[in-house]
Amino acid sequence: MNAAALKFTKDHEWVRLEGDVAVMGISEHAQHELGDVVYVELPTVGDSISRGDALANVESVKAVSDVYAPVSGEIVAVNQELEDHPEQINKDAEGNGWIAKIKISDPAELDELMSVEEYRKMIS
Amino acid sequence: MNALPELLFDKSRPGKTGYSFESDPIPETEQYVDPELQRAGIADFPSLSEVEIVRHYTNLSHLNHSVDSGFYPLGSCTMKYNPKVNETIAAMPSFTNAHPYTPHHLVQGNIGIMRDLEARLCAITGMKAFSLSPAAGAHGELTGMMLIRNCLSHRGNPRRIVLVPDSAHGTNPASAHFAGYNVKEIPSGPDGVLEPHTLREHLDKDVAALMLTNPNTLGIFERHICELATALHENGSMLYMDGANMNALMGIARPGDLGVDVLHLNLHKTFATPHGGGGPGSGPVGVADHLAPFLPPPVIPKQDGSGPRYHIPDTIGRIKNFYGNFLVMVRALAYLMSLGRSGLRNVAEDAVLNANYIRCRLSELLDLPYQSRTLHEVVFSDKGLPVSTLDIAKRLLDYGIHPFTIYFPLIVHGAMMIEPTETESLETLDLFVTAMKEILTEAESDADMVRNAPYNTPLRRLDEVQAARHPVLRWQPREQE
Repeated sequence: MNAAALKFTKDHEWVRLEGDVAVMGISEHAQHELGDVVYVELPTVGDSISRGDALANVESVKAVSDVYAPVSGEIVAVNQELEDHPEQINKDAEGNGWIAKIKISDPAELDELMSVEEYRKMIS
Repeated sequence: MNALPELLFDKSRPGKTGYSFESDPIPETEQYVDPELQRAGIADFPSLSEVEIVRHYTNLSHLNHSVDSGFYPLGSCTMKYNPKVNETIAAMPSFTNAHPYTPHHLVQGNIGIMRDLEARLCAITGMKAFSLSPAAGAHGELTGMMLIRNCLSHRGNPRRIVLVPDSAHGTNPASAHFAGYNVKEIPSGPDGVLEPHTLREHLDKDVAALMLTNPNTLGIFERHICELATALHENGSMLYMDGANMNALMGIARPGDLGVDVLHLNLHKTFATPHGGGGPGSGPVGVADHLAPFLPPPVIPKQDGSGPRYHIPDTIGRIKNFYGNFLVMVRALAYLMSLGRSGLRNVAEDAVLNANYIRCRLSELLDLPYQSRTLHEVVFSDKGLPVSTLDIAKRLLDYGIHPFTIYFPLIVHGAMMIEPTETESLETLDLFVTAMKEILTEAESDADMVRNAPYNTPLRRLDEVQAARHPVLRWQPREQE
């Protein structure tokens, strides 16, 4: 995974662009802070969401945390694998631990996401 | 170290029995139960003698840690020791034998207890009316949000959004969602309280209410509460207060005077019913005048001699069968009567004093992320420690102390949330402080030792991850070889 291609939110979600679709999940930093993930509640394919809406939640032994939509659009895919193997998020948060794919409705929102350098600075 | 007892199933030996009957005690079962519904034999029930079963459960009960056996400083909503006299009173036959269908003219004393309790809760909180029906804190929250929804609907629009600060109790968002609202979390400020300007940024005509936990989960009093209430009311929105932390305010501040429209209390925990074991609880809801017409039945009459009212035109409807959990109400009234007005204030003052004693003693050793003054509880972070919050909690077990609440609230990294409560003595608090100091010293000199704690418990570290990912919820017979 080329981390440089990822963009981040201040709420620790990442986004990777595949054409007009945003693949998203939670950051490596977020999975580390949460600890072992034991359950992921996924969104429904076909749902429309606005940026900042709670779109999924991730439960670890420490806490249940909302995952927020980094961009507005329509959910076109979810990572079903996480239902049986939530530990994918701990193993590969920014790759195989992706959560959902969103068909972007407003590309301008992407400009407000952070680069990996900006994100690293924020969490340091 | 205690060994963990075998399961009853493992102790079982064929042919053992607790009671011997000369003949089948229920010979003609088929007369009463359709033979098709009967099974031929009882499979896999353990066979043991009476004394083996008695010892099994007695030994299990010795493994419990409870507030009756040791210090128990869980924070967030008041797990305190409650006087046994309230248990004695609640166990009186006139209370335990009263059937909920008894005609009201025969249980005027019990109805009087509810009337008296409601009046006292109104006096303590400044609310105008109470419903004693809700069976627990979160049930009270749901009832409160339903009241708000019903009232706003009567005004023409129930609205869509409920705001909840990030320092609120975790049940608040769930209750608002259950009542049909979308929840929006809003951030608390650098002092650990909700700032009025933050509320105003999120306030529009779609906002039905703000759910404020006060004092919040950092133990800090929401000092802008009056200004928040005014801003909400000017917008046609309401202020819900989670009163689970009333232990810090009783006899000192009244939510009704601060602009609160709805509040719930926990009669269990704050007002004398021991908490734990899953209930029963009681989460009465207090309201301002404009919400009173929507309260759930039964409404306890103001006058002596009459029955409860069930016909309430604008009610949200019944939310619990019969009268709610009556015996919890009996304990609450006994508790309030034994303390009196000044005693109740002493409870809050001592709860705050004890928490601040711990804050002072431990703040040299632990990071205190919010500097604001705190009331009944204090939250430290794990910043700068060589071990994790979980490690410290586990090591406390070796000292015979139940750990405090960990990793909550979420806005504090590695949160350690300590609520000693008013009933603990200076000696007990010192014992806890000493244990914490020793553990932190151990963590500096031998971090791995602390990371592997506990050592003196029947089981060491439990595999919480495996338990959550692959829960085994009931015993299964072993495969026969």
